[in-house]
Amino acid sequence: MKIYVPRDAAALGVGADDTAQTILAEAKRRAIPIDLIRNGSRGLLWLEPLVEVDVAGTRVAYGPVQSRDVAGLFDAGFTAGLPHALGHGATDQIPYFKKQERLTFARVGLTDPRSLTDYLAHGGYRGLTAALAMKPADIVAGVTASGLRGRGGAAFPAGIKWKTVLGAPGAQKYVVCNADEGDSGTFSDRMLMEGDPFVLIEGMTIAALATEATRGYIYLRWEYPQAKLALEAAIAAAAAAHYLGQNIQGSGKSFELEVRMGAGAYICGEETSLLESLEGKRGQVRFKPPLPAIQGLFGKPTVINNVITFASVPIILDRGAAYYQHFGMGRSRGTLPMQLAGNIKHGGLVEIAFGMTLREILYEYGGGSFSGRPIRAVQVGGPLGAYHPESQFDTPLDYEAFAAIKGMLGHGGIVAFDDGVDMAAQARYAMEFCAIESCGKCTPCRIGSTRGVEVIDRLIAGENPAKQETILRDLCETLTYGSLCALGGLTPYPVISALNHFPQDFVKPVRASSASG
Amino acid sequence: MLDACARLKELPGALLPILHAVQETLNFVPKDAVPLIARELNLSVAEVHGVVSFYHYFLQERPGRKRVHLCRAEACQALGSAALEAHAKAKLGIDYHGTTSDGAITLEAVYCLGNCALGPSLMIDHQLHGRVTPERFDALMTQCRESP
Repeated sequence: MKIYVPRDAAALGVGADDTAQTILAEAKRRAIPIDLIRNGSRGLLWLEPLVEVDVAGTRVAYGPVQSRDVAGLFDAGFTAGLPHALGHGATDQIPYFKKQERLTFARVGLTDPRSLTDYLAHGGYRGLTAALAMKPADIVAGVTASGLRGRGGAAFPAGIKWKTVLGAPGAQKYVVCNADEGDSGTFSDRMLMEGDPFVLIEGMTIAALATEATRGYIYLRWEYPQAKLALEAAIAAAAAAHYLGQNIQGSGKSFELEVRMGAGAYICGEETSLLESLEGKRGQVRFKPPLPAIQGLFGKPTVINNVITFASVPIILDRGAAYYQHFGMGRSRGTLPMQLAGNIKHGGLVEIAFGMTLREILYEYGGGSFSGRPIRAVQVGGPLGAYHPESQFDTPLDYEAFAAIKGMLGHGGIVAFDDGVDMAAQARYAMEFCAIESCGKCTPCRIGSTRGVEVIDRLIAGENPAKQETILRDLCETLTYGSLCALGGLTPYPVISALNHFPQDFVKPVRASSASG
Repeated sequence: MLDACARLKELPGALLPILHAVQETLNFVPKDAVPLIARELNLSVAEVHGVVSFYHYFLQERPGRKRVHLCRAEACQALGSAALEAHAKAKLGIDYHGTTSDGAITLEAVYCLGNCALGPSLMIDHQLHGRVTPERFDALMTQCRESP
């Protein structure tokens, strides 16, 4: 009998290892033979550790299961899928899961992430098989036609980037995966790498075929040690089965892939800074042009994309561009794995086609706030995304719709705050974060962020507030138009949105909690 | 450390992998190591120092036996991480980058651990913990102090 207990870091953080050990011990004590599989997370994170039992091919869910609950579950007959207070019935019938459109995350939580056999049994490497029979330009054309845009945050069309690399002259080209997922409120890259690392490897291999690159790197943040283990195991398994390395599946094509660890620098999620870091330097932003597609890693043409972008490619090659393109709205095609985070009752991963509104995802999926209090503000798109008040909750999740309200979808992180939030403190924190993480190369970001903290402090203290607000807005304009990259350029988003939508928070007298809310 | 250099120095962009190896082995990158690494990689001491000091993860001083990273980012803030942070500092009697007087714990800030649906979060060495209440924090710190 198969029992699944996730090895996803979020599950481990709430005791999944203890749960797994206790299940093994209890099964042994009762002489019940079980096959314990450490899967990825299904993404229903508030139910972690989510234990699933395979009952005649149906996965039955129980959660959250702590070690102390295990004996009771055995007593209740959970190995036969029988009812228990922690039971939720069939996992794929839980509304949160059932309503999703899982394309990129199709296998995450379902399969054993360490098993290539399992990956192949669930449709893995069909995209690569298709790509091996195609010319590079045709692969690029397929990705372009799918409408896939970079999922890291900037939403640049992936096919156009790949076409530039394919057309760039050079004997050595690289494929680099940006797995430096530093945005607060986001964890889809982590979940994917831990739950289905092969799909990322397959996507990168297809990118290599499409652009005639032969070496690849996954630049992974140190904060994700479980993802490192999962990726390294998957790379070894893929290489052993000739899906990586020399002469892939007898095609004569080669691709070597390696994981490199970051060392705690938010800025290294910016692509040129990441490339500097991979080269062994300080992660300082480069001037563009030249684009990385022309002169990237070690000065060579380089495809650099986010984890989810690469991981979305296999299904496009397998099912066809039209299949993927059919999902979504406007110029936002396909699906986006949204991440519900912060003060939210049902936090987790929700992969859906573009177009659902923020309100629907917050309440129909998220179930409202974790604290039970009204949701007052929502930050979408990470620490550089805007804070949205309730009046904007009907905005559809679409790149252009968010741009129109001076926000951004970014990497799909949604962080909810209840009415206890102090928006002036959030604005101050945005400037403080920029000051801590600035690479220091350009002045608006390096100096402006520190000046920003000071101005907000004076504004909150009520020292000639009208003047401070003018200075703050002026400073934000300098950051927006004068910074070299998105860190300085977008820090004004959370600051100005907080100021515009929640001005009352900035005019109160000095409060005790003006540090970092 | 010279072993790490010898093993890794032929890698393209070898400096970060070497620094990671040193950090993993010694728990910090000693000042004395910088000129040695520089010589092995044919870089200037300034270049190596510049890299060591750029990245938050590489420590230049010996930390406590356990390294505790407390998440300060927005998703954890939404779940009360500021209160947890105040509790942690008061309880341990140190600020960020400080080490407790018994040499057991070094407290550091981190900006997102990717556990944003189950915050507040912290990481002890490479072990993630979610839904950390002040009580749970105290229990975890007791475990840290008891471990060798």
